[in-house]
Amino acid sequence: MSERKKKSEFSKYPTQDKVILIIGYILLGLFLVAIILPMVYIILASFIDPITLQNKGLTFDFSKWTLTAYERVLGNGQIWVGFKNALIYSILFTIISVVVTLLAAYPMSRPDFKGKGFFNTLFVITMFFGGGLIPTYLLISNLGMLDTIWAILIPGAFSVWNMIIARTYYMGIPRDLQEAAEIDGADEMVYFFKILLPVCTPIIATISMWQFVGMWNSYFDALIYLNSASKQPLQLVLRAILIQSQPEPGMVADMQSTAERARLAELLKYATIIISSLPLMIMYPFFQKYFDNGIMAGAVKG
Amino acid sequence: MAKASENNAASVASGSKFHNALVYFRQHWQLYLIFILPAFLLTIIFRYIPMGGILIAFTEYNPIRGILGSEWVGLAHFSRFLSSPDFMSYLMNTLKLSVFGLLWGFPIPILLAFLLNRILSSKIKQKIQLVLYMPNFISVIVLCGIVRILLSPTGMINSLLGTNTNFMTMPSAFRTIYIASGIWQGAGWASIIYTAALSNASKELKEAAVIDGANIVQQIKAVEWPAIKDTVLIQFIMAVGNIMSIGFEKAYALQTDMNISSSEIISTYVYKKGLLDGDYGFSTAVGLFNTVINVILLITMNKIVQSMNEGKGI
Repeated sequence: MSERKKKSEFSKYPTQDKVILIIGYILLGLFLVAIILPMVYIILASFIDPITLQNKGLTFDFSKWTLTAYERVLGNGQIWVGFKNALIYSILFTIISVVVTLLAAYPMSRPDFKGKGFFNTLFVITMFFGGGLIPTYLLISNLGMLDTIWAILIPGAFSVWNMIIARTYYMGIPRDLQEAAEIDGADEMVYFFKILLPVCTPIIATISMWQFVGMWNSYFDALIYLNSASKQPLQLVLRAILIQSQPEPGMVADMQSTAERARLAELLKYATIIISSLPLMIMYPFFQKYFDNGIMAGAVKG
Repeated sequence: MAKASENNAASVASGSKFHNALVYFRQHWQLYLIFILPAFLLTIIFRYIPMGGILIAFTEYNPIRGILGSEWVGLAHFSRFLSSPDFMSYLMNTLKLSVFGLLWGFPIPILLAFLLNRILSSKIKQKIQLVLYMPNFISVIVLCGIVRILLSPTGMINSLLGTNTNFMTMPSAFRTIYIASGIWQGAGWASIIYTAALSNASKELKEAAVIDGANIVQQIKAVEWPAIKDTVLIQFIMAVGNIMSIGFEKAYALQTDMNISSSEIISTYVYKKGLLDGDYGFSTAVGLFNTVINVILLITMNKIVQSMNEGKGI
């Protein structure tokens, strides 16, 4: 039924439009294939015996399939340390950041807020101008925050961009809600927590997801501020394996020659990519419904 | 009651402004001390204090003596950077990477949104979006790891081409790799904002256009483009404003000793000079140079857009 409807919709287009659409969809299809193909390749390659993969490439001779790479990567402690740290940093950062941002957005959303212009200028300037790497690093160092979790959690906690988005969302909430609250003698806190926030779940979910994913996937702050191996988040562990080709010695220690170790290091990469990407890949479809809402809420109006 | 006292205060001529503010503050102190204070403190401490640290760029910075105790060298670091043989190469690497990245990367999400908008079945559309958005959730490190694997001499691309080129060691391949992988990862995600804006385009308006016999090109001109024009402009200004702040993370993760001649950009250079070599003054000067160019670009771009767009900018 709907299939037929679609067909008739399509046949309504004039010939020239059909050509445009068909070319467009072919390009879209190619793009989708280009996204999926590398992922499939890496998933398959991660199960294939290292030496076979190197000599013959992908094979569907299942006798050559193995879980060795996964055993080696998962059997190593450092990747679990990375997972644990990434989870702690991402959760704490998301909480701190979302609280600070949602709070700040509230006065900024009120037309009567005195000093709004001042705060707005103060915040927006920082989106385009900053002290740069060294002055920030020295500040963190002087505050005694080097090699502590706080260097990761605090400096970037307030996001001006997210504040603007939350503010725009608040402003879309009908004012009568607030006026009703004021008549009842509710103060700012009660209105904010009991009335405003509950109707803002879509934007809170969106911002939380951005902050969580952003922290989970970043490595720069950890690279410059954290030294201890025990504090490294997942991305730094991955960097050693994937970019520097220096896996934890334990993962390849049983190999006799340097060449063998290097080859194994190369081949552990596939399983590492799968293991490290799996959690977000599984989680993200559940958030999909929030994407459109959240982005529409704020960014469109800028 | 509160409103009345505010009005009374406003009618009193002198000193009333202050009194007014005081009354407002007493009534709404929570807005300042609870809501805005954390963000204010974070901004002052972690954004504005480092701006003061920019002075380091004009000194031979000595961590023990501090900024004011260090030897003042004026613009020496800047002239050293500007006159160094590598200056042009780093500047051009940075500019080319982001300008070409913008030229290739900017239109694709818009095209994707136009195409998605014409898919009638919302189920199919959702499945396509699920795939399109997926790469956005891969981290920079994993992305670069995938790129390195696929492009290695024995990787997928080489086996498809039947060659064994080591792309990661070729300076001429770096920009293509960087930009193409950026589109692979980000184009789908970037299209969301346009898809959202397009869904605001009035359905009736579009139906009217169809009845009038408008073809796709005319429909886009009359209905869809106006719906996303403002969004496109804002995104464009933001993108131009960030041209010089092109990310450190990805360039650094795609760098190899062999492709350094095209992959060394200002942000990676600032990192190496400052944190690896400990040349704080020089590194800060290079970073400041970068920021200033960025601000100039942003302001210029905003002016141009304003003049083209009836005074509307950001």
